[in-house]
Amino acid sequence: MELYKGTVHELHQQLVSKKISAVELTNAMYDRIGAVDDQVKAYLTLDKQGALAQAAKVDAKIAAGEAIKPLAGIPGAIKDNICIKGLKTTCSSKILANYEAIYDAHVIENLKADETIFLGKTNMDEFAMGSTTETSYFQTTHNPWDLSKVPGGSSGGSAAAIAAGEAIWSLGSDTGGSIRQPASFNGIVGIKPTYGRVSRYGCVAFASSLDQIGPITRDVTDAAIVLNTICGLDKHDSTSLPVDVPDFTKALRQDVKGLRIGLPKEFYGAGLDPKVDAELKKAVEIYRQMGAEIVDISLPSTEYAVITYYIIAPAEASANLARYDGVRYGYRASNATSAPEMTTRSRTEGFGPEVRRRIMLGTYVLSSGYYDAYYKKAMQVRTLIRREYDEAFKKCDVLLTPTSPVPAYKIDSQMDPLAIYLLDVCTIPVNLAGLPGISVPCGFADGMPVGMQLIGKPLDEETVLRAAYTFEQATNFHTQLAPIGGKK
Amino acid sequence: MRQNYITVVGLEVHAELKTKSKAFCSCSTAFGSEPNTHVCPVCLGMPGALPVLNKQVVEFAIRAGLALNCTINKFSKFDRKNYFYPDLAKNYQISQFDQPICEHGRVEVLVDGKKKTIGITRIHMEEDAGKLVHSGATISTSDSSDVDYNRAGVPLIEIVSEPDMRSAEEARAYMEQLKAILEYTDVCDCKMEEGSIRCDANISIMPEGAKEFGTRAEIKNLNSFRALVRAVDYEVARQAEILDDGGHIVQETRTWDDINGVTLSMRSKEEAQDYRYFPEPDLVPVVLDDAWIDRVKSELPELPAARKERLVAAGIPEESATLIVTTKEMADYYDAGAKQTKDVKGLANWILGDVSAYLNNNAITIDKFKVSPEHLAGLVDLIGKGVLSSKLAKKVFAEMVKDDEAPQALVKKLGLEQVSDAGAIGKIVDEVLAKNPQSVADFKAGKDRAIGFLVGQVMKASHGKANPGMVNKMLKEKMQ
Repeated sequence: MELYKGTVHELHQQLVSKKISAVELTNAMYDRIGAVDDQVKAYLTLDKQGALAQAAKVDAKIAAGEAIKPLAGIPGAIKDNICIKGLKTTCSSKILANYEAIYDAHVIENLKADETIFLGKTNMDEFAMGSTTETSYFQTTHNPWDLSKVPGGSSGGSAAAIAAGEAIWSLGSDTGGSIRQPASFNGIVGIKPTYGRVSRYGCVAFASSLDQIGPITRDVTDAAIVLNTICGLDKHDSTSLPVDVPDFTKALRQDVKGLRIGLPKEFYGAGLDPKVDAELKKAVEIYRQMGAEIVDISLPSTEYAVITYYIIAPAEASANLARYDGVRYGYRASNATSAPEMTTRSRTEGFGPEVRRRIMLGTYVLSSGYYDAYYKKAMQVRTLIRREYDEAFKKCDVLLTPTSPVPAYKIDSQMDPLAIYLLDVCTIPVNLAGLPGISVPCGFADGMPVGMQLIGKPLDEETVLRAAYTFEQATNFHTQLAPIGGKK
Repeated sequence: MRQNYITVVGLEVHAELKTKSKAFCSCSTAFGSEPNTHVCPVCLGMPGALPVLNKQVVEFAIRAGLALNCTINKFSKFDRKNYFYPDLAKNYQISQFDQPICEHGRVEVLVDGKKKTIGITRIHMEEDAGKLVHSGATISTSDSSDVDYNRAGVPLIEIVSEPDMRSAEEARAYMEQLKAILEYTDVCDCKMEEGSIRCDANISIMPEGAKEFGTRAEIKNLNSFRALVRAVDYEVARQAEILDDGGHIVQETRTWDDINGVTLSMRSKEEAQDYRYFPEPDLVPVVLDDAWIDRVKSELPELPAARKERLVAAGIPEESATLIVTTKEMADYYDAGAKQTKDVKGLANWILGDVSAYLNNNAITIDKFKVSPEHLAGLVDLIGKGVLSSKLAKKVFAEMVKDDEAPQALVKKLGLEQVSDAGAIGKIVDEVLAKNPQSVADFKAGKDRAIGFLVGQVMKASHGKANPGMVNKMLKEKMQ
């Protein structure tokens, strides 16, 4: 089997048993990237020199008989909103097109300590605002299952890279579904941990109270391995939680006997593609046969989740993105005659239309006279949604929902922005409630992957992983590889 | 129509906290370093950087709040105050909006011998901005501006008073008292010239007998006590003239022009910024427990009011005590000296007299004063013991300020010991009496004034060293 098709845990075994070297593996990955990335367009930046140097170090360690960490020498890809010192961190925006990070994100420090390998930085929606990668200033990433379709977003590059064999594992960030939805569109695994599990330090902020970094991988085991490295308290992030991090791989048992799986009816209503619905019903049946208890529940505030999100997230974004003013770094408009003009023009010229739309939306909902009607109300609804989940988890251990009501759609569909926003209905409530959520492949609809979302209690990634792992071991969706087919 | 108005002043005071590191990162807060040398991803607002609250900032805010008799809120939170300015790295300031750490405080001030209580609405924590260095005079007239972010993220507390002051002098007294308390509690070094304490004033006037306050103007850029007093007086006169002419006061922000002694309009209420405050999602709320607050309370130092009471109880007149405790340095100087002498009144007089005059003449503060409090106390004692006359003491003092030599040593070195030897004084007295028969006759005729002249003659002949008490006594004895 080609090395690029491997998983983290398989390739780790091959490295420690000296069947392959990290340099060999890394070169194989760049060969694969060279072969397919002009079609997929997952990467914005490659760091072959840095990656090979790191690979050589790992090889030396193995040769010296030293123990290595599970991620050591395994090539991964990082979403371009996570800072790696010395590499460009563009957030797929013109305004940061030439910005080179001056420090490592906390997750990058952890990954470097484990001696992993960074192949490069991946494409995304501009500042993570979007669900197709089409808002990227640089390029649109293509879905490896059908190049005419979107890979999802905003972590579309990180997801497509895994599906196309251009990375073994990757990091994304998830504010309203940006890890889980592209994972589902690409037939792979993506987990958004509990808010506060992973430090946000060095992840360029979109909406601070919702953003969370997480892994995108081929299977659940790999997701657990990456989580082990990136989770944990960070003194540089006040919202990171002071809780112990378990060994998530120990949660990977094939056992759902007596597990109470909740089906919130609001996630199975109008707008759900019948073909997606059919795949989910099969998945529920598999769980039932394995001894899980299926519980029908209701989360009545779900219908308000999307609008709540589209008030809170843009409000926070309007402040988070204020720092891009052309003063210290990033794009600066030329020939401005005053400081205000320089800032106004730098921002107008540097941000794309979707980012500008959300900044305006956020500025509006925070304005004097509108704050109570929009932002304050949205925060109240958020509390309501959180409470409904607390209640639901008294009746069940995990919730099972679609990740996206539809599979990947055509690039350049010219959809109304509001119609695209509404497609995030399954993933957004999970961010609002700060819960862990995973997307695992559960079937196909017209040849395109369908994802199933499992939502857990706060800090209960272990149950989510166990349920996902059990399903994965009972099915073979995760072993199917994207063909890199279809016409662009 | 001219009428009498009542002045209403409220102050917003920003005080930089004396923490070693900034409010939300570990950069140094040192003043006066090379531009952009105390910066990091956090205070530069680099993409992805996050703030982490410096606990010392909370500690200092609690301490200031307790010293200003505030209620300390066990739950408070940070908010983002949004506005664009090149010196504001993130283009929002982390501040506290609707749930500040301290509320409902008060301070007592003394104006013209009358005590008055000024209310404090709230104290909140926030971060400072950087500094713009323009190539021209102002941002709008400059071709370019540089930004120094060393100050960006330095912690501040903003102390907002109630509109309780009724004159420029009350405003000054409040500001002085506030400064003294912040110095005593050691939370701020209160150097107005370095901007470590800054003040904005809300000023309005209302006709005598009116029930509602007039429309106020907010005056910025008050960088000295003098500027505060002048600005209040100017603004009151300006507003009175408008009202007298039948006009209306516009609610606006004005800036104090210290050179021309006027306030100038910056922006009206309509042009006021909408700061779009919302809760800072990168920070968790500040939750305090009783143990923390109680500990800070138990560690509070003696405050100016208590210190003044102590000085008064020790025999210092209230007016002198008030002056001494105005700055912590002077009060500490007094206390150190008072440990060495029983004549605390004499010590206080020296500090407020010759020492203060010397400091003023040399434009220095007492912490830069060379004479140690122990040596000053020694000088006071030498006068008390009759070793030095007050005139000779001034000579010794003039030497002490150079190198802080011990007064006893200087007295010897300068040969200034007072002569208290009866034989030596008696000899001079005899000579003087012999030379001035007319004065002796005048004295004997009941003209008491004559003795003063004779004492002066003896002192002159002894080069000021004769013990004046003994001279007086001896002259009287010999003329009987």
